[in-house]
Amino acid sequence: MKARHKRFGLIAAGLILLVIATVLITKSFRSNLVFFFTPTQVEKGEAPKTGSFRIGGLVENGSLKRLPDGLHVQFRVTDTAKTMQVVYKGILPDLFKEGKGVVAEGKLGTNGVFEADQVLAKHDENYMPPEAAAALKAAQENKAKGKVI
Amino acid sequence: MKNIDIKSNMQTSKFNWLQYASPKIFYPLAGKLIPWCLAGAAILIAYGLYLGLFVAPTDFQQGEGYRIIFVHVPAAWFSMFLYLLMALYAGLGIVLNARLSYMMATAIAPTGAMFTLVALVTGSLWGKPMWGAWWVWDARLTSELILLFLYIGYFSLQAAIDDKSRADKASAVLALVGAINVPIIYFSVKWWNTLHQGASVSLMNAPAMAAVMLKGMLVMAIGFWLYSIAVILIRVRCEILERDSKAAMFRQD
Repeated sequence: MKARHKRFGLIAAGLILLVIATVLITKSFRSNLVFFFTPTQVEKGEAPKTGSFRIGGLVENGSLKRLPDGLHVQFRVTDTAKTMQVVYKGILPDLFKEGKGVVAEGKLGTNGVFEADQVLAKHDENYMPPEAAAALKAAQENKAKGKVI
Repeated sequence: MKNIDIKSNMQTSKFNWLQYASPKIFYPLAGKLIPWCLAGAAILIAYGLYLGLFVAPTDFQQGEGYRIIFVHVPAAWFSMFLYLLMALYAGLGIVLNARLSYMMATAIAPTGAMFTLVALVTGSLWGKPMWGAWWVWDARLTSELILLFLYIGYFSLQAAIDDKSRADKASAVLALVGAINVPIIYFSVKWWNTLHQGASVSLMNAPAMAAVMLKGMLVMAIGFWLYSIAVILIRVRCEILERDSKAAMFRQD
């Protein structure tokens, strides 16, 4: 066995140990490294009870309302299983839309309404021209209609 | 530099690839490659930007703002790819005790760090209008920031140790250990819920973007690749001269 084989073996063994250690660490961190909680997780009590945290999901269709004071907006965040009411005072990002992804940071009020200090839009990884998006939507609608019939 | 007779070397019965591990053979070869790579990089980056800024259609969600993707994504790819390459050369340096491998690793680091910074800055500029925040501490952004610190740590450590061969070995170990961060960056959007969206282009799935957009991004990526090769070779040549001039200085004593 030459010296360089020995060095190669040492490095390979070291890297394998490192990978194992990292897998174990990231696995144990998996529940702590979340950027946001879903409404279902909040319901189950997995989100922090005190202090601020983030919730994420889709903005429920038809839920976006501007409150009479003209400053606050209100909408519901859904993960399709559970929904949560959110109020927010401030400017919404451009990509904020009903039916699209959202992440809101804030506190859960005593009345069960989530009071957000910051609202972020979460978009998906699809990029296409508007015409393609329209065609895709039309095709999906046709398909859905076909199922009903 | 003495001119090396490459011909006599090539006439040996078996072509000896290892000859390129010798700085003296590598130096002139690198010199010949640099102008071609630079020209190719300039042409491809110009063409890629043209495709991205003028030919590619607007996006159905993000409108014109998404066009920063043509710089952001290729830069992010190369920030990770160059780190792996640097770690590979660092590892080869330790295993084979090859000086040129260490020099390659040293030469790759600044370019990798630059692409990391470009990915972070363009991402930040993109995040503000689309997400509504310059920066968030989600797993993808944080791990990419750690990548920048790893690059900076790599060349700081190398600069901090006076003895070159010790500096090479110590920084090579750091490069190898830090390589574990690259798969973490790549899979962060799958393993944890993040604000950053998932990969649009991956080896496993069909790309989630229009063909022209994809073409623009790939052309930019190849342009970045040629640019990286060119500047890394320039830097390796400097490194060879610097180290050899020091060696020559000691020989004269």
